[in-house]
Amino acid sequence: MLRIPCPHCGERDATEFHYGAAAGVDYPTDPAALTDGEWAAYLFVRANPRGWFRERWFHAAGCRLWFHVERHTVTDQVRTVREGAA
Amino acid sequence: MTISARLPGHPEFLWREDEPKASYDVVVVGGGGHGLATAYYLAKNHGITNVAVLEKGWLAGGNMARNTTIIRSNYLWDESAGIYEHSLRLWESLEEELDTQVMFSQRGVLNLAHNLSDIREGKRRVNANQLNGLDAQWLDAQEIGKLVPILDVTDRPRHPVLGGTFQPRAGIAKHDYVAWGFARAAQALGVDIIQHCEVTGFQTSGDRVTGVSTTRGDISFGRLALSAAGHSGVLAGQLGVRLPLQSHPLQALVSELLEQVLDTVVMSNAVHVYVSQAHKGELVMGAGVDAHVGYGQRGSFHVIEEQMAAAVELFPIFARAHVLRTWAGIVDVTPDASPIIGHLPFENAYVNCGWGTGGFKATPGVGSVYADTVAHERPHPLAAPFALDRFTTGRLIDEHGAAAVAH
Ligand SMILES: Cc1cc2nc3c(=O)[nH]c(=O)nc-3n(C[C@H](O)[C@H](O)[C@H](O)COP(=O)(O)OP(=O)(O)OC[C@H]3O[C@@H](n4cnc5c(N)ncnc54)[C@H](O)[C@@H]3O)c2cc1C
Ligand SMILES: [Zn+2]
Repeated sequence: MLRIPCPHCGERDATEFHYGAAAGVDYPTDPAALTDGEWAAYLFVRANPRGWFRERWFHAAGCRLWFHVERHTVTDQVRTVREGAA
Repeated sequence: MTISARLPGHPEFLWREDEPKASYDVVVVGGGGHGLATAYYLAKNHGITNVAVLEKGWLAGGNMARNTTIIRSNYLWDESAGIYEHSLRLWESLEEELDTQVMFSQRGVLNLAHNLSDIREGKRRVNANQLNGLDAQWLDAQEIGKLVPILDVTDRPRHPVLGGTFQPRAGIAKHDYVAWGFARAAQALGVDIIQHCEVTGFQTSGDRVTGVSTTRGDISFGRLALSAAGHSGVLAGQLGVRLPLQSHPLQALVSELLEQVLDTVVMSNAVHVYVSQAHKGELVMGAGVDAHVGYGQRGSFHVIEEQMAAAVELFPIFARAHVLRTWAGIVDVTPDASPIIGHLPFENAYVNCGWGTGGFKATPGVGSVYADTVAHERPHPLAAPFALDRFTTGRLIDEHGAAAVAH
């Protein structure tokens, strides 16, 4: 099973976590100013790389905090973990 | 005489190993079912035979020979009924079309309802299907019990069977035979099938894509047709295009060979399992995707565990069956659980992707529609609603209900 190192609780089974997909996707500061294309990109398009990927996880069955993981999407190896919800 | 001298020789190969040429009218990237069917229909229906299918591994080594082969057309929206039913009709004559056996068996597909919202969604879908002329029916628990005697339709299970949708013309086929049948028939019409040829980059000139770099050299073309399923996002990314796709591991498994006990495909969204019994006798089961993005063709064991618990709850006699083999493919999922078919933002480049957990059933249908789109350089009417721009216009085709359990 995929194991996720929570920065607060340590490494646990992935079943304890909720997945949050790509990290670093901020809500647009002025949504009304976006074109339809930009709005669609914000709503629907997320990074989907084969390789290193910065993503968010939520420790639902532990500290109940969001954090960032940099994981390789082929090997599932985790390179960095960082606290923070954004 | 040695033993080997007494054994029969190697059977005839079904297709040749072609060497890549420097240039083609159309290059199809991806030698899964969709790419092979597209090449076949380009040659057969449109007389475009100077075509290559480039496959990075071996034919059907992607999702094509990893899927659980469920074929049905009972999707909710008119656009979906259009393309999936077009495909189901082609399945009904595919053996004659390809002059090969694909073991298409119209044994019916049952989608169980276990709670009030399942019942509402199922009945709504049956009504929508009937308006589209599809053979959809609503069955109550008793009727389901008669159809599938080994299913526990009492009120014992934690999630009892309350009814379900049934499509009698739905069924299964043998996926590798389908790929081989399309490959052989396409090659007989002049298509080159090139395995172990990975596309690693593209050459562009203005708003045209002119060629691909591959592990077997550069190849130029008139038109490009991507059909790379789980890797579509990676390839489009090399063209600078971001697609609304997330690639996930999706698993399936088989039991050892058993006596025939199940002659209907049974699926359950709520408890998340589906099962059919293959012609040889193994139970073929699937469930949901892993939530995270993954390209490793390996899924998480807890998904299998939950799927088995659900299967045994529904079919108590499965408790003593043994799992023989589990595996995973990489499925490309869109935000509305519907595919993307049409132009890329280049004059001569097209994409077919986003079939996610359910594109095997579409193999002949999308092959013919995508070939027509590429041949005439405009969307086929059945493909038009599935263009990439629906994510900008907001005309989504939400099939999360019909596609809730991966299949
Ligand atoms: C476990 C599982 C169960 C499923 N069950 C069902 C089901 O019951 N019913 C149903 O309808 N659908 C099902 N599906 C979905 C179905 O298998 C897919 O939607 C369908 O196979 C996708 O089309 P394809 O056959 O062309 O894909 P694939 O067979 O994946 O073909 C894509 C090909 O592109 C190749 N490729 C990728 N990148 C490159 C590159 N750079 N250069 C060259 N080649 C490249 C890959 O190697 C691959 O062979 C299931 C999928 C899985 C994984
Ligand atoms: Zn924690």
